[in-house]
Amino acid sequence: MAVESRAETERQHPVSPVAADVRLDRVTKNFDDVTAVDDVSLEIERGSFFALLGPSGCGKTTTLRMIGGFEEPNAGTIYLGEEPVTGKPPYKRDVNTVFQSYALFPHLSIFENVGFGLRRRGVRGADVRGRVTEILRLVGLSGMEKRKPRQLSGGQQQRVALARALVNRPRVLLLDEPLGALDLKLRKQMQLEMKAIQHDIGITFVHVTHDQEEAMTMADRIAIMNGGRIEQLGTPGELYEHPQTAFVAGFLGISNLLPGTVSAMDAVRLDDGTTVKVPQEALRGRSGRVAVGVRPEKIRLGHGEENRLSGHLLETAYVGVATQYVLDTRAGNISVYVQNSEPGAQQAVTGEISWSPDSTFVVDSMEGAEAE
Amino acid sequence: MGFFHRHRGLTPYLLLAPGMLFLAVFFLVPLGFLAYQSLETGSIDFGYHFTWAWGNYWDAIRHYRGHFVRSFEYAGIATVLALVFSYPVAYWIAFRGGRWKNLLLLFIVAPFFVTYLIRTLAWQTILSDNGLVVRILRDIHVLGSGGRLLATATAVVAGITYNFLPFMALPLYVSLEQIDHSLIEAAEDLYASKWKAFLRVTLPLSMPGVVAGTLLTFIPAAGDFINAQLLGSPTNHMIGNVIESKYKELLDYPAAASMSFVLMAIILVLVLAYARAVGTEKLTG
Repeated sequence: MAVESRAETERQHPVSPVAADVRLDRVTKNFDDVTAVDDVSLEIERGSFFALLGPSGCGKTTTLRMIGGFEEPNAGTIYLGEEPVTGKPPYKRDVNTVFQSYALFPHLSIFENVGFGLRRRGVRGADVRGRVTEILRLVGLSGMEKRKPRQLSGGQQQRVALARALVNRPRVLLLDEPLGALDLKLRKQMQLEMKAIQHDIGITFVHVTHDQEEAMTMADRIAIMNGGRIEQLGTPGELYEHPQTAFVAGFLGISNLLPGTVSAMDAVRLDDGTTVKVPQEALRGRSGRVAVGVRPEKIRLGHGEENRLSGHLLETAYVGVATQYVLDTRAGNISVYVQNSEPGAQQAVTGEISWSPDSTFVVDSMEGAEAE
Repeated sequence: MGFFHRHRGLTPYLLLAPGMLFLAVFFLVPLGFLAYQSLETGSIDFGYHFTWAWGNYWDAIRHYRGHFVRSFEYAGIATVLALVFSYPVAYWIAFRGGRWKNLLLLFIVAPFFVTYLIRTLAWQTILSDNGLVVRILRDIHVLGSGGRLLATATAVVAGITYNFLPFMALPLYVSLEQIDHSLIEAAEDLYASKWKAFLRVTLPLSMPGVVAGTLLTFIPAAGDFINAQLLGSPTNHMIGNVIESKYKELLDYPAAASMSFVLMAIILVLVLAYARAVGTEKLTG
């Protein structure tokens, strides 16, 4: 798929020379005595699909609303392209929003909903008709022009909301949990459709979600937010393979995190005494207490790889594509996923597991900061 | 119990029955009696007789056209004023009231804890010739040295406006309160200024409240007589005053009854025309 290859390209060139469409410079937002967004700086490349991902209350929606102009930061500056837009009302910003509730105007037809922004900008008559018809075709809603929003299904309303924003050809499209109200199957379908639409029209999308799978599926780059700050920013692959904090490791997929102490340039001594090899760059000059991480699917049963642990089997769970084993080792509980590549190929578990140093990552010690 | 199970289709009608019975006894029967009365002739001394006296209607319109016109004029002005005063208040409570919403609504309803008559009498005091309002208006030369407020059309319209304000404010509040704020944000997001967002989104969505409020104010205001009686002079009398005096002082029942029917008919026509103009969809939301 075209989408896939684009993400690949970006993974190989994480630093792109393309200009930023959205730039946040040390932005802070307080609500009474709560700091919702805490000194966040961020650049979003032109034409990219960018996701703000995090649990509720992490500041992602507030960040989006500040870009849209619905909230003003207490400190810092927001730029759209080169232009600082802080202090400008929403209607003077070249961005459009797809709201979580869709916010379709119930008293207007689908045609008038979609044409609303065009009319406010002084587009008239046949031009409005042409552009509305074209965008409704793009989202697959041709022929629905005369209906009222309440006569459409949830998925159709979602498309109208998307069309109503896109028809204005904004510099940036903001999406606030746009798929949250849809059922799982429709959500999966819309994820791919929205990604394809974004690819076709090339407008920068900034997407807020708490669903890590959705962010990974759709976004070129993801900023993971926690407590009003960006924990880590990168491509889905970078974040998954090389999480830099325990929070990121725990929020994206499942991680085994084992506490230990740095014992060499490329080794960590776990609390049970086992020494684990890690890539030197993963340590990033850390010393003292750290946590060593490895993804469950990167661990093998048996002694084939360099980093080894042993324990006894606690649980086995068949999850279709894989079988999950949970082992109790002296370094901590460890989950292992073994792909069910052949029928009936469940392996005998000896209690020995191993993984490659290359699959190992290191995060700051998570004492008292266990991720969700 | 068995009966209800066997005739489940009857249940809604049985539930409706008490209300329908009440309406039949206390609305339809008196209305029929009133219609009968309106076609009688005679006098209180010699008794009234049913004679199909359609002339009563003609007389009502011919002799009291001025009172009818004045009634709808005052009621119309009062309705517009009530709308103009209530809308910002209802808007402010609905959108900015926050946790004070219920208290502020209570303030709007508070006058209802005092009876209509007493409230209007209080206005008599407020607008009286040696009252503070008149003195101030004279001092700043809005009124001449002998100018008055009491016994003027201004006082009557002010009284009606004040007395029916809650009937306007409450439906307005309800319809404004229901508006999803993200719709207004969406309008601003789609390049509508605050004023345009109000005109294109908030105002149309509050129309059910506007329609309900104007009807609840206009209809009783057109038939009102208390305000004209207590705050106006005979030159400000409305059709309600005439009906009241025909009934209670002159005991001319046929004239009073026929005038009542003319008033009802005009109101019905006006309301239907209004509903047609704004669209029936807005009446029901």
